[in-house]
Amino acid sequence: MTSTQELTPLRGVKNSPLEEFFTSGHRTCQGCESALVMKLMVKAAGPRTIVLGSTGCMYVANTTYYSTPWVVPWMHTQLGSSGSAALGTAAALKAMMAKGKMTDEPINVIAFCGDGGGADMGLSAISGALTHNDYNLLILMYDNESYANTDIQVSGSSPWGANSTFSPPGSLHRIMNKRWKKNMAGMMAVGHPQARYIATGCASYATDMMNKVRKALSIGGPTFMHTIDPCPKGWDYDPMYSHELGMLMVQTGIWVQYEVIDGEVILNGPSKMIAKGQKRLPVDDFLKRQGRFAHFEPEDIKYFQDQIDEMWERWWIPGVIPPSPEK
Amino acid sequence: MTTETQANPLETEELISGSEAIARACSLADVDVITAYPIRPYDTVMQFVSRLIADGELKCEYIVAESEHSQFEIVKHASAVGARVFTGSSGVGWFYAFEALAVTCGLRLPMVAMVGNRALDDPGAFGTEHNDALAVRDLGWMLNWAATAQDCIDTALMAWRVAEDPRVYLPVAISTDGAFLTHSQQIVKVPDKSLVDKFLPPYDRGKFQLHPDNPITIAPQVNEDWLMEIRRQTDAAMRRARDVITETHEDFKRIFGRGGDPFLEEYMTDDADVVLVGMGTLTLPLKVTVRRLREKGQKVGFIRVKWFRPFPAPELIESLSRFKAVGVIDRDYSLGSPFHGGVLLNEVKAAMYSAENRVPIIGFVAGLGGREVTVPATREMFEITQKAAESGTIDNQIHWIGVRE
Repeated sequence: MTSTQELTPLRGVKNSPLEEFFTSGHRTCQGCESALVMKLMVKAAGPRTIVLGSTGCMYVANTTYYSTPWVVPWMHTQLGSSGSAALGTAAALKAMMAKGKMTDEPINVIAFCGDGGGADMGLSAISGALTHNDYNLLILMYDNESYANTDIQVSGSSPWGANSTFSPPGSLHRIMNKRWKKNMAGMMAVGHPQARYIATGCASYATDMMNKVRKALSIGGPTFMHTIDPCPKGWDYDPMYSHELGMLMVQTGIWVQYEVIDGEVILNGPSKMIAKGQKRLPVDDFLKRQGRFAHFEPEDIKYFQDQIDEMWERWWIPGVIPPSPEK
Repeated sequence: MTTETQANPLETEELISGSEAIARACSLADVDVITAYPIRPYDTVMQFVSRLIADGELKCEYIVAESEHSQFEIVKHASAVGARVFTGSSGVGWFYAFEALAVTCGLRLPMVAMVGNRALDDPGAFGTEHNDALAVRDLGWMLNWAATAQDCIDTALMAWRVAEDPRVYLPVAISTDGAFLTHSQQIVKVPDKSLVDKFLPPYDRGKFQLHPDNPITIAPQVNEDWLMEIRRQTDAAMRRARDVITETHEDFKRIFGRGGDPFLEEYMTDDADVVLVGMGTLTLPLKVTVRRLREKGQKVGFIRVKWFRPFPAPELIESLSRFKAVGVIDRDYSLGSPFHGGVLLNEVKAAMYSAENRVPIIGFVAGLGGREVTVPATREMFEITQKAAESGTIDNQIHWIGVRE
């Protein structure tokens, strides 16, 4: 394995580098948390980085010909190809450096995908990439919980019951999306025992998120991150509340912040406190703030709350590994 | 085996299959990244590639992908960084990668792929059929059909040079008939690397290289504002590819002393009245039949189309105009197409529309699913074409040869 860049932890937002590598020139919505994830991701990674972006909001809204927000080299990849894009780029760097066709230096390779590109179409390629230990790469799935670029259609990572253009509540069926959200990071961690770093993140906890990117890139081998990104357009709320909704998602326990380093699970921030017994906020504090759950009846809120309670009370590791046989 | 040219001391003769020949070309060309995924019959090339790597005779990053889509995406991205790449597939595997095949052309990324031609399932069939490779004919892939294992190694070496030429920057697929070429051994002249180095320059991605020293943005959304201009540029690249292919063949001939004309291989056509046109390994039975019919005094010949894309229209017009009738053999089908025949027939007919002499052209569909195109079958095709030459008319546009009714 070629060497990686030594990226030390940042101590707070104020102590993070001033340089931006994702700048003006994009056309994302007001309050877009995914754009913030991009900015933090590449700020954490630094200039010697190649970013590959699969189709989705962060392709179409970010990069329109004649303008680009990317200061680092950036290339589009197909919807289901984030894993392959990272692998191909890392393999080329490794081969060319080994043969003296390119100056030998550690270059970060990051491929991002949305939840549609990651949890749905690109699942196989991401899984494949996470088994190729010879290559240093990070795959970051920014999850705004729908195919938000194409008109807000339900994805495998959409929450149960959410209103989308493919799952609208109607007079006969109030709940059209009857699928529970996929547990992507848990699946990646459990399924790829030699991948050294898997983490979840949220831009509301910016320093934590940036440091996770830095750990993922420094540790070496293929790594994976899953961020949860409030989306004003898809979730239907005032853009000013993006940051707050991200925090609420963690505080209600719906989203669990954790990292898996060499197989060891570490819960972070509020999730760690919840695991230690701190009271979770009721899920309705989060649900009622968004139009996508406006059709929920009390029984729907209860069902949602029950699932979250079960995760915290009965799972082997909350948010990571489903029910323990002992509990 | 004696040949017209002097034996080159920098080449060795070996008994190898078409697949092994291409694997050896990967070593000689110092390919950087190779991706594999199993599907018969192309996968034999990767079995040889992996053995060469295991024995230290090929140094590259070798990735066994989890699907053909990833296989082609991985090398596509490696090519964008400036790595020389090789991959391949067959039949429905090639189709599973279709999205990646399309964008590789749009991105103007050089790549060399081997297609072990295979029928498209269902119903399942391992045998050769050309519909797999032909499906990308409109997208910007340069398509070559090899006839012998020697062709395989020679064409592969030429393919990297053509694909990576900055005037072109487009992918090449080398089609090899499943079983007949992928699995059949022939005597092949394998050149020494020093000879190959004289012929094949390194791949230089230049100002398009994706690297932190060159922080460019590749493939943003262009929409209706720019896509048409970009398509036109790709079209211009494919037009330029004709000259680059010609140059490359000439240089290959100069250094290696073989190769023939770049686009067409003509066999005993000089004084022919009637010729058959085809691609791939059916060349062998065709040549046998031509010789036997010539022994009986019949003026027949055969023309092999080597490059299907760019299509050798000027060469075909010049060549075919001089015959009394032409038969085109398709190892493929184009259902519902103008004559309900094959793809090659449609292309030849389209090319010949602008010829002054509108030679009668008959279509043959033969050898589907790997069914052998036998010497008697080729004789039947000559008979039908000769009848058209005598009468000057065509009763039946399309003949399926060797099919049970």
